[in-house]
Amino acid sequence: MPRLQPSSTEPRPWSQQPDQAGRFGAYGGRFVPETLMPALGELAAAYDEALGDPAFQAELDELLEHYAGRATPLYEARNLSANWGGARVFLKREDLTHTGAHKINNALGQVLLAKRMGKKRIIAETGAGQHGVATATAAALMGLDCVVYMGTLDMERQALNVTRMRMLGTRVEPVTSGSRSLKDAVNEALRDWVTNVRTTHYILGSVVGPHPYPRMVRDFQAVIGREARAQILARTGRLPDALMACVGAGSNAIGLFHPFLDDPVQMIGVEAAGLGLATGKHSASLSAGTPGVLHGCSLYLLQDEHGQVTEAHSIAAGLDYPGVGPEHGLLKDLGRVSYLTATDEEALEAFMELARAEGIIPALESSHALARAKDVASVLGSEAMVLVCLSGRGDKDVAQVAERLGARLEK
Amino acid sequence: MSVSIDQAFALARQEGRSAFIPFMTGGFPSPEACREIVLALDGCGADVIELGIPFSDPLADGPVIQASSKQALDQGVTPASVLALAAELSPRLKAALVVMTYYNPVLRMGLQRFAASASQAGVSGVIVPDLPPEEAGPWLEAARGAGLDTIFMAAPTTPPERLEVIRECCRGFLYYVSMTGVTGAGLNVDQELARGVARVRQGSSLPVAVGFGVAEAAQARALAGLADGVIVGSALVKRAQQAAGPGQAAEAVGALARELAQGLAQGPSV
Repeated sequence: MPRLQPSSTEPRPWSQQPDQAGRFGAYGGRFVPETLMPALGELAAAYDEALGDPAFQAELDELLEHYAGRATPLYEARNLSANWGGARVFLKREDLTHTGAHKINNALGQVLLAKRMGKKRIIAETGAGQHGVATATAAALMGLDCVVYMGTLDMERQALNVTRMRMLGTRVEPVTSGSRSLKDAVNEALRDWVTNVRTTHYILGSVVGPHPYPRMVRDFQAVIGREARAQILARTGRLPDALMACVGAGSNAIGLFHPFLDDPVQMIGVEAAGLGLATGKHSASLSAGTPGVLHGCSLYLLQDEHGQVTEAHSIAAGLDYPGVGPEHGLLKDLGRVSYLTATDEEALEAFMELARAEGIIPALESSHALARAKDVASVLGSEAMVLVCLSGRGDKDVAQVAERLGARLEK
Repeated sequence: MSVSIDQAFALARQEGRSAFIPFMTGGFPSPEACREIVLALDGCGADVIELGIPFSDPLADGPVIQASSKQALDQGVTPASVLALAAELSPRLKAALVVMTYYNPVLRMGLQRFAASASQAGVSGVIVPDLPPEEAGPWLEAARGAGLDTIFMAAPTTPPERLEVIRECCRGFLYYVSMTGVTGAGLNVDQELARGVARVRQGSSLPVAVGFGVAEAAQARALAGLADGVIVGSALVKRAQQAAGPGQAAEAVGALARELAQGLAQGPSV
């Protein structure tokens, strides 16, 4: 694990990212067909303009507070701390937002931007369905047409969210190509966008894709870290020792980490090791991938020796993606954030432990962070504080977990 | 010595027609059948032949080229094997050979190495649909160093100031994307397209070839008066897919290619 960063007033290499071209060091940028380039320029300009407009931020804040239910609580999980025998553990309760995951923070921000740009139609991709539900919700609220692309494998394992999206008036478009999961849903969403770019805004759900998405999604998710930082300072009078979050493509993690980057706080992202890194069936792009280009940006990628993208695997559909946001690549290379992994099995154990110890059923995605938080908390002293992003709730996962655990649930 | 893109367009111009530019996914429907298809295309009047390097995530392509890419990858086709096929075929072709590839396989092989291999294989130019001029600096250097033409795309959404940037990077010919969409979608050769092509031809000596959605001889004929070249991909790949077997693919593809080439040679019906 990296040493705590010394506090100083010098600019740090992770500050002021990305640059004008959307580069986070060697990562990021804009690698898309020409048809989309003008639209990305317009989107970046519209976003900059919105940032400078107090009315935009006020409208978003209003929605985040009264519609999405922010600020979300920072809950001290004392039973978990007692079980783990170490540091105090705090959970940032993104699972308590409207729609049940952090994804709503970004969906509301982008749908307001779409409205501002005069777009009448929204498209999105989804893996676990949480971003799809958040987008369907925001589109319903704003009266916009919405189509969500979802791999058929994910439609099976996240059937509840498919139904929720349909109830919200969204058309769920099944994607049967490739691994039939998140990566392929992004491909289809991009193909739709290339075709309908003049009328449509693409609400990308994570900190990947062409510039300005990695920056814009980060900014919309940074509300997680800003709140958590203020809450823990108000509650305990000091900063936590470590922050932890699961990392698929990386939006909840960057949202939590970003406002703390200049603080002397250790940060740990947890990727999905699936069946184990050695099996090749995992989604650990930072831990086991190499730099490449996918879905419009340069990023750490799971790929073979010929540059073909390999299929990711995770029990958590929301982590089942072969790349990770460009800013995470930079933070890894700089050693500012360290990245660990948790297997499917470890995530399931953490899922059950949180349910039984605290009465909270977490998303399988968030359970990956909990699985490693246990190790981190148990080696730190009882004065130390670990803050974990509980990025979503687990209702969507109950059928899958029940099937997987079977008789083990009876105990 | 293989034919250059400039030579190919010059010949078409001399003969008073638009250049015919068929595309085929490399290694599809099988590596052997692909070799026969390229030779058939060459024999049917192709001026430039585009050979695609199959990629796992072809986000600019519609279902037909996606499926062909997957089938080729499943048979073990790699960037190196497509370049090896190019090396074998290029000395025998009357047409200029260009390669179309997404950026990641190029990055993975290494820009210099890819450019050198392509050049040694007798490839005249390379199209990288997900590499806009803003990101192309290192690739331009590598490709130019190896003597390859760097072909870029312009789209109906491209504003005039971007068109200038694209032209500066572009060598060989400018690939005009006929519509907002992916490859293989339905195309109307209408006034809007005519205006779009005229716009990108104006004020530049760079030949302009139109692609995306051209499937029939009638469309090719209508485009003949508008553009310096016409690119046909999905429709030919579909013929190869629908052939009774890989052994019949070259004949099936060749039949459509002949119609398209004839349509282009006849020129607009007006």
